[in-house]
Amino acid sequence: MTDMLAIQDEIVAEFSSFDNWADRYEYMIELGKSLPLIDPKYKVDNNLIKGCQSNVWLHSETNDGKLIFTADSDAILTKGIIAILIRVFSNQDPDSIMEAKTDFIDKIGLKNHLSPIRANGLLSMIKELKMYAVKSKTRSN
Amino acid sequence: MLDINTIRKDFPILDQKVNGQKLIYFDNAATSQTPNQVVDSIVDYYKRTNSNIHRGNHKLSIQATTAYEDVRKKLHKYFNSRLPQEIIFTSGTTQSINIITLGYTDLLTSKDEVIVSEMEHHSNIVPVQMLCERTGAKLNVIPMDNQGNLILKEFDKFISEKTKLVFVSHVSNALGTVNPISYIINKSHEVGAKVLIDGAQGASHFEIDFQKLDIDYYTVSAHKMCGPTGTGILYGKEELLNKLSPWHGGGEMIDEVSFEKTTYGELPHKFEPGTPNIAGVIAFGAAIEYMDNIGLDNIQAHEDELLKYCTQELKEIEGLKIYGEAKNKIAVISFNVEGIHHYDLGSLLDQFGVAVRIGHHCAQPVMNYFKIPGTVRISFSFYNTKEEIDLMIKALKRAITMLQ
Ligand SMILES: Cc1ncc(COP(=O)(O)O)c(C=O)c1O
Repeated sequence: MTDMLAIQDEIVAEFSSFDNWADRYEYMIELGKSLPLIDPKYKVDNNLIKGCQSNVWLHSETNDGKLIFTADSDAILTKGIIAILIRVFSNQDPDSIMEAKTDFIDKIGLKNHLSPIRANGLLSMIKELKMYAVKSKTRSN
Repeated sequence: MLDINTIRKDFPILDQKVNGQKLIYFDNAATSQTPNQVVDSIVDYYKRTNSNIHRGNHKLSIQATTAYEDVRKKLHKYFNSRLPQEIIFTSGTTQSINIITLGYTDLLTSKDEVIVSEMEHHSNIVPVQMLCERTGAKLNVIPMDNQGNLILKEFDKFISEKTKLVFVSHVSNALGTVNPISYIINKSHEVGAKVLIDGAQGASHFEIDFQKLDIDYYTVSAHKMCGPTGTGILYGKEELLNKLSPWHGGGEMIDEVSFEKTTYGELPHKFEPGTPNIAGVIAFGAAIEYMDNIGLDNIQAHEDELLKYCTQELKEIEGLKIYGEAKNKIAVISFNVEGIHHYDLGSLLDQFGVAVRIGHHCAQPVMNYFKIPGTVRISFSFYNTKEEIDLMIKALKRAITMLQ
């Protein structure tokens, strides 16, 4: 398990190497293509995240006390955003996920490119990731 | 012929950069831009005239009342209503439709039927559904074909003595289709049904003669025709509006108030409770004047040319599908590109400085018909140019390459 903050720094460094939006977006699309995809059997309405402009499905499993996230979306830029989040949140223990700060998002300049509605979608995703951590804790207690 | 370069000088908002790129504003069906003349009329009003109307008998109040009522007269002439008081000022189409659906609550029963079309904006569906729920009236939906035309044969089947109200848009905001409103009005009148035409997308493109078309109710939003947001009209024939209960109570709309019995004022006041959007109405008047000066014929000819040119250019793009190919349509183009989500396309176009609408356009039944979650929608106004279309097409092609 790599420290969540270290991963966040890594992402910020990657994004700061781009000096124009097109490269940044192309990178997001690349990330979207590498998203750990949800098993089709979990791609159900129950796993849809509310508040996103495109459909986003999220699923999590526990492995050795850590949460493993998989997801999918019908929009590739959205997949890129979830891929970034999952890179930070997946393979961590529930406590770290619950406490995780997410100011790295501001640092990669993502929010500047999101309308308020889409920024809401981003917040919904983070909330959902944390909810999985809460649920997994209550289950194991 | 329009002198677009001169016209564009009236719209400083168009001359700016967004996301570091020259702005190309192709979201006119959502809200059109506001020329200096209209903005100035708002500023002028607040600087010189601001005061409440119909109340004081001091100089400013009289001036404000006159300016406000002059716009009513102007719209009465512009749309050729029989009487000025048939023009009710509202906050826009949504409110206008709700005034009618609320007003009919006491006039419909579970034996009655109401007709709506499949291609309506949610604001011409939801209030109608609510009316039917309140009264038990049956709701019939006119279906459309895959070109985006209403299937009139089906409409004919619904029309009967039971039909009391028909709600149809003049022009579909999602597909651009211009609906055959004369046919619908005449057919409905044969059985005594009244028709509400949602004119949110109509009044900005066509000359409309309320009397000649024998229109019962028509709605307009100023912000779609160079006017300010939060202003619009409900037109209704006097004898019909007189029968409707007022939708809201308050000051200005009464004849006499006592705790025994309150009586309502005459038209138009009965439907204009409270202090209205006075500045908005005055600016709406300036907008009508502005559009009238340019001339709706010229506007239509220019927009048609843009529509044809852009449609042709878009069709060259592999995998691009246009939704809504009615013969009679306005300058609105809804499309998707195979394998790409409309959200992704819209986001990248925005980065290229191109403002378009993405999503279901408040017309989910239309999206359901085509079995899609949404589209990218381009919509033109008279200040748009072919050069802007060329830039948009270039941006679109680049976006598609990035996303594929
Ligand atoms: C066809 C149609 N009807 C109704 C509306 C609602 O208009 P408003 O939001 O101005 O009330 C719109 C605007 O989007 C529209 O395009």
